[in-house]
Amino acid sequence: MAEAAIPAPARRPVLAGRVKAALVLFGLFAALPPVAAAAGDPFLVLIATRILAYAIAAMALDLILGFGAMVSFGHAAYLGFGAYAVAILASFGITDIFVQIACAAGVSALFALVTGAISLRTRGVYFIMITLAFGQMAFFFFISLSAYGGDDGVGLRSRSTLFGTDLLENDVTLFYVTLAVLAALFLACHRIVGSRFGRVLTGIRENPVRMEAIGFTPFRYQLTAFVISGMMTSVAGVMLANQAEFVSPAFMSWHRSGELIVMVVLGGIGTLAGAIGGAVAALVLEEALGMMTEHWPFWFGLFLVLMVLFSPRGITGFVEKLGRRRP
Amino acid sequence: MTNLFVLQLLNGLQLGVLLFLIAAGLTLVFGIMDVINLAHGVLYMVGAYLIATFAAATGSFWWGLLLMLPAAVAVGLALEWVVMRRLYARSHLDQVLATFGLVMMANEVVKIVWGVSPLSVPLPGILSGSVPLMGPLQYPVYRIAIIVAGLAVALGLFLMVNYTRIGMLLRAGATNRDMVSALGVDIGRLFAVVFTLGAVLACLAGALVAPILSVDTGMGESVLILTFVVVVIGGIGSIKGAFLGAILVAVVDTLGGVFGPILLRQVLDPAAAGQAGRTLAPMLVYILMAVILFARPAGLFGRRG
Repeated sequence: MAEAAIPAPARRPVLAGRVKAALVLFGLFAALPPVAAAAGDPFLVLIATRILAYAIAAMALDLILGFGAMVSFGHAAYLGFGAYAVAILASFGITDIFVQIACAAGVSALFALVTGAISLRTRGVYFIMITLAFGQMAFFFFISLSAYGGDDGVGLRSRSTLFGTDLLENDVTLFYVTLAVLAALFLACHRIVGSRFGRVLTGIRENPVRMEAIGFTPFRYQLTAFVISGMMTSVAGVMLANQAEFVSPAFMSWHRSGELIVMVVLGGIGTLAGAIGGAVAALVLEEALGMMTEHWPFWFGLFLVLMVLFSPRGITGFVEKLGRRRP
Repeated sequence: MTNLFVLQLLNGLQLGVLLFLIAAGLTLVFGIMDVINLAHGVLYMVGAYLIATFAAATGSFWWGLLLMLPAAVAVGLALEWVVMRRLYARSHLDQVLATFGLVMMANEVVKIVWGVSPLSVPLPGILSGSVPLMGPLQYPVYRIAIIVAGLAVALGLFLMVNYTRIGMLLRAGATNRDMVSALGVDIGRLFAVVFTLGAVLACLAGALVAPILSVDTGMGESVLILTFVVVVIGGIGSIKGAFLGAILVAVVDTLGGVFGPILLRQVLDPAAAGQAGRTLAPMLVYILMAVILFARPAGLFGRRG
């Protein structure tokens, strides 16, 4: 019954449009390294790799924020798990990126399962504050981990290895690998959202009581989505550590969690491809403001406040309105 | 050992009283207006900077404190009028974004106005020095003064909430906002009063702690998260919960940091105990929060889940 109630074919064009938008974005990204090389600005590739890593994280957050209405304010913790998985495993001589990703995802799944199970017993303001507190808990754990630099963080001796080779030492290769990871995870997210699981999740977002009445247990679906999102975010952390060749608790500060939410919202929540665009927009805006003034956080903050205050339905409504104006 | 315990217990109490001052406003704002305000920690920081400025200008801590209070009222009213008022009807996500923006702005404004180097506020002469407690144990007078002042404010709040008309409206608003509004209470004005009250309490906490901490831009943030934990543990909208939660969190945080490693040394070798203790101590309050929430999802005194 539940399957039949949702007119799936009517949604196809929208989804197809979003996939097209994502493909365009990926295509533009793929063209970047040659352009950067031609422009004689190799740093551009490193900056773009950072943007791609954050795009992975923002997209993973969008999976629960956009499709599950779970405003997690502690998602930077998973970035940290990914980053520290690289640093800690490397210190034991394990540099294979697949092993590192598996470890990062495993730890993140465990953390998300425990903290998610507790956080999901509540909703609204409680949920936001509790995820924030758990994020901070992870943050303080790594701050006190003096074996890995504590507050100062620790540099990586080398990047992760790919199939036993040091291919990732090349910035351009790292960029393309990150792009491939993003594309693969986008596809996975897209499949999840379109699946029965995704539609149940969206249903719970719209009306949890009704979903419960027709026989679904919201908690189970929400927790599963929360765990998946955490695992994906940790992959972003692995890529980010390789990009920066440095790992520190700063990756997991609550400001970072806030920035991830900003990215999701800027791109339009519940759109996946939008989250990627939002990550690009937010980070480019940061870089641009940072070049103009050292007090860029002021202007970024002002931008956020004005966006919320002067659009009738908040930033989300503002973005939707922009979207509608486009032909 | 006993001396150390008493000393740390007092330190915990002092931190708890400060946390309560901040959490009281936050829990009312959450409970009555259903607004999440990430910028509440900013107000604590602003209070400290205001007293640093006024105390330096007048040369007296007391004048500084006296001038800080009307300034705090002005800051609270302005913030409510310009930003918060427009957020009440919005989604939590919008509230998070706007107040997150405010945090970024405020930190930069403070850097622009007061510079990046930390400020210090001199201890008021009459409250400097220490008093003997028991045996060889001395405790700074100023910290005792903070505890006394905080408890006095807590008592005042308790009386106000339970025995005055505005307190009655606060309790009613925390229970059922729409009903209060339907009964003809100007809910907009009530919100403004509550927000400003919360702002002044947070500023007061910042001002009180300024002489014993260095005043810098990051000071609001660590406290903000601890305050969230307090509010969540105590139950949103409950002053009583905020008080007990604040004392509980502060005592666990303070005692855990000192006695955790000592206790671990009984079972582990000293080096491992030291590392494990340092790692576990800052996590203790969050574990406490998790345990309490697991048992009572709405907090100790919360009604809504």
